[in-house]
Amino acid sequence: MSAKSYIGRDAVLENGWLAAHKWLLIRRIVQLGILGLFLAGPLADVWIVKGNLTSSLTLDVLPLSDPFILLQSLFAGHVAASSAVLGAAIVVAFYLLVGGRVYCSFVCPVNIVTDTARWLAKRFALPKGWQPSRQTRLWVMGSVLVTAMVSGVMAWEMLNPVTIIHRGLVYDFGYVWTVVLALFLFDLVVSRRGWCGHLCPMGAFYGVLGVFSMTRISATQRAACNDCMDCFAVCPEPHVITPALRGAGTKTGPVILSGDCTNCARCIDVCAKNVFQFDLRFNNFAPASEGDGRDEMVSTNRHAA
Amino acid sequence: MGISTSSQSSAVSRRRFLANVARAAGGASALGLVVGLFARQAQSLPAQALRPPGAGTEDQFLAACVRCGLCVRDCPYPTLGLASFGDDVPVGTPYFVARSAPCEMCDDIPCVKACPTGALDSNLTHIDDADMGLAVLIDEETCLNLQGLRCDVCQRVCPLINEAITLERKHNTRTGKHAIFIPTVHSDKCTGCGKCERACVLETAAIRVLPRYLAKGRIGSHYRFGWIEKEKHGGKSLTPGLIDLPDRLPAVLPDVLKGWKP
Repeated sequence: MSAKSYIGRDAVLENGWLAAHKWLLIRRIVQLGILGLFLAGPLADVWIVKGNLTSSLTLDVLPLSDPFILLQSLFAGHVAASSAVLGAAIVVAFYLLVGGRVYCSFVCPVNIVTDTARWLAKRFALPKGWQPSRQTRLWVMGSVLVTAMVSGVMAWEMLNPVTIIHRGLVYDFGYVWTVVLALFLFDLVVSRRGWCGHLCPMGAFYGVLGVFSMTRISATQRAACNDCMDCFAVCPEPHVITPALRGAGTKTGPVILSGDCTNCARCIDVCAKNVFQFDLRFNNFAPASEGDGRDEMVSTNRHAA
Repeated sequence: MGISTSSQSSAVSRRRFLANVARAAGGASALGLVVGLFARQAQSLPAQALRPPGAGTEDQFLAACVRCGLCVRDCPYPTLGLASFGDDVPVGTPYFVARSAPCEMCDDIPCVKACPTGALDSNLTHIDDADMGLAVLIDEETCLNLQGLRCDVCQRVCPLINEAITLERKHNTRTGKHAIFIPTVHSDKCTGCGKCERACVLETAAIRVLPRYLAKGRIGSHYRFGWIEKEKHGGKSLTPGLIDLPDRLPAVLPDVLKGWKP
């Protein structure tokens, strides 16, 4: 058999191109659709959604607010009014249901930029570059909150590329292209998947929600895995797959429980053996915490991941 | 799987783990410092950028405003805008420039109603109580009224005409027979809407809205004005035992002082 020409080739041959790109397409449609809802007002005067991702009002009734931004505000010393608090509660509840970092993979406009950088980096076999610990983003998140507390203002929001880019798209793009370009180049040549995978404090926050969220991806048919490694190659957070896919021997999985998983579902797309599917976190029929000390160690490792 | 099989490799991995944690923590702290310092610099607001009604102090506002722009969307005039990245106003925050588009002082204050976080204080229900800044007649050398002309435009466009801006009369010494009508702003009434600055007929406005901290002086807390204290005292002298001697020699000296030289 000839060498693999691209990731997911087996899945395309097995299931057809459309099935092998189903979730990618859905994800892009959702990303652009959400952006379209925000842009319909300013561009076409159709005001379904007003505001931006930090806080918005849909159809003049539904308030939505970003919980991480509101947390910064709280650390800076402001207790938000009820509308924003309700909006943040709705957002938290939603992501607890569908998966914390679904924000990253289905909503955040930066994802398209960094996904493109990653695709190009792989295409031209650029070196991975700087790969700081995956936990770095948690430290950045803590640092952002402490900075807000010490300075008494939402200091991070002067720089936060996520909110700056989305606001730029909805209001005035101006020099925001410099932020887009900086992020793109950072991910392309300095650190592959560097922003979304290692540094972004918003992603870290939604990752914390993801630790508790209901909808997860599960390697339910992991017995069928033929070790083609396509899922690892396509996954933006490949360390989350191991305990679920390879955990049969150590009674871990098959549900991917790590909050780092963005539920982007590309693993479902590229698997020719249809190992992965969306599932609930409770359908983890091989819980790790039972049995001897060896299993507990695995469990500890998994939670640390 | 990272499962340790010997205590030695466990010690190594623990050391590596601690080094990684230290590196991430150190990097994040450095980032925090840089962000904090950058924010200090970036949050300075140019004097001509005014906040929407109900914004409170700048520090309060920057702690509370999530920069969603809902106030901008509900502003029925082209007044409010969000600072874009690269502007000299903190990125994403709402502001207006009075000379370009002043606050039109809507009775229902839609911008305040739109604010989801309370960064624009919903306790502000009467627009005349707003405090966006303070108009100052900043250049008496160009103000037409101060030259003795009757421009009066700033006073006439003021939503609180004859309260926030009054015309105070002074003798015109140039002509010797006319009056100068001085546009005079009263800080307890002025909302800082900026309609006066917008309407000023000069090429560059002689009256401008400034943030209150730039516009107002402050008397030392120990200062007392004698005439006010006397009024509080029911018009009676505050120092009844004190003899008030004449400040100058009387024009006609009494006989006893004839021949006296100071």
